[in-house]
Amino acid sequence: MTNTELQTLMSSWMDGLEFADEGVQHLTITVGKENLRNLMLKLRDGEGAFDYMFSLTAVDWGKERGMVYHLESTKHRHIIVVHVTTDDEVLDSIHDIYPTAILNEREAFDLMGITFNGHPDLRRLFLQDDWVGHPLRKDYVDEANMIVR
Amino acid sequence: MTTTEIDNNTGLVTQEYKINMGPQHPAAHGVLRLVLTLNGEIIEKVEPDLGYIHRGIEKMTERDTYKQIVHLTDRLDYLSSHINNEAVCLAVENALEIEVSDRVKVIRTIIGELTRLASHQLWWGVMGMDIGALTTFMYAFRDRELINDIMEETCGTRLTMNYNKPGGLMFDIHPNFQKRVKEFIKQFKVSLPEYNTLLSGNVIFKKRLQGIGYMSKEDAIAYGVSGPSARGSNISCDVRKIHPYSAYDKVDFKEILIEGGDSYDRYMVRMFEMEESMKIIEQLIDNIPEGDFETKTSAILKLPKGEYYQKVESARGEFGVFIVSDGKKSPYRMKFRSPGFANLSILDKISRGHKIADLVAIMSSLDFVIPDIDR
Repeated sequence: MTNTELQTLMSSWMDGLEFADEGVQHLTITVGKENLRNLMLKLRDGEGAFDYMFSLTAVDWGKERGMVYHLESTKHRHIIVVHVTTDDEVLDSIHDIYPTAILNEREAFDLMGITFNGHPDLRRLFLQDDWVGHPLRKDYVDEANMIVR
Repeated sequence: MTTTEIDNNTGLVTQEYKINMGPQHPAAHGVLRLVLTLNGEIIEKVEPDLGYIHRGIEKMTERDTYKQIVHLTDRLDYLSSHINNEAVCLAVENALEIEVSDRVKVIRTIIGELTRLASHQLWWGVMGMDIGALTTFMYAFRDRELINDIMEETCGTRLTMNYNKPGGLMFDIHPNFQKRVKEFIKQFKVSLPEYNTLLSGNVIFKKRLQGIGYMSKEDAIAYGVSGPSARGSNISCDVRKIHPYSAYDKVDFKEILIEGGDSYDRYMVRMFEMEESMKIIEQLIDNIPEGDFETKTSAILKLPKGEYYQKVESARGEFGVFIVSDGKKSPYRMKFRSPGFANLSILDKISRGHKIADLVAIMSSLDFVIPDIDR
């Protein structure tokens, strides 16, 4: 499916999606966090057949933090990017829709401090349990271990 | 199972218990700790505990320049170091629209395939060793040495090559390169059938792998499994075919797909892949085009504001680089999509119901490199 067809399809599912098509590598969709699970379900089961989530990235955008999901369809081979942000560090977990999120959401919790509602086992993944802070945040300070240039 | 069962006749107590496999376990090939929940010798749950070799590479990239970052990536999956370097270089080149010469593309492809061969050789050696066939290790390292020598001569290093840079290569190939690669291919064409005679057809080996760690196609896609591990479940996912980069669109090779999804199928995918890698190298080695080995770039590269994603096929699967740039000399955020991390997430699912010894076979068939998982 072309980007335009995908946009039309997704707009028919729900309101409030923002699309960026120009000047980006892949079609990029910004979704409100209340619609995230709804959108992911439709992406997986809908006509687009986005069954393969190959990358989940937590990003600190400054004022708010969020996730960037990269999805591909193993049938049609088209790729889209989904952006979602949160101002209170909480997002809905999508681990039951895409099980690859189980470890990836733990990583995001550990390094970026985003809490995922409904995640079965939200613990730190890489760092010790008593580690203070979340290193991938832009305001993280660690004078002992970090060399600042 | 209930937590505690007492046999009425004998009074023997059976209870669910947990043991640690690792962090220092010879079959893990690195510091990976698995917490196993067991019922007798049957695995009920596998919980990976990561971070023993976490270096915060993603955070480090935020203070480095793009040319420096290339050198961090071969500390991820050290057996695919050249391919990881290439991913970052391609991402930067695409973002800045730097055109590299055909010579660079072909050399990158040849070295990439040599890296894949060396990685699969090492995997084959330790796979046999994990199952108890110690001889394979000697055979594999004998042949891998030839590749390492080629790398040493051309790239200057044997394992973490750092041969790529945004805009091309560090230096041109060594005059002996073509000759030695051809010698290696000639030698390995004899050795590879030997590998099959030695291990692939061995009855004990087959019994240890067949029917063990079954991964269905649907599960593998949902968990994001990629690379040879996914192709053993008949999933077409070879980035070299689907999103070709460098010179992969110019060469003729097969994507190995095997239906079945057990450990032996994943094993066979890699065995056949070695043949395909040799085929790719043979097509290119006599046809390296003339041209520059680098396109001159400034010392500090600044990517335009935006997001960039580049995926490549490493020896373990799909390796991805995601860059968020705010136009400065360092990335705002850089994420490495490591194939091992996604492949690890399915380990719990496919090991349940098997014995501890089978877990070793399953782990080998998924081919983990721990620094790649921990980043």
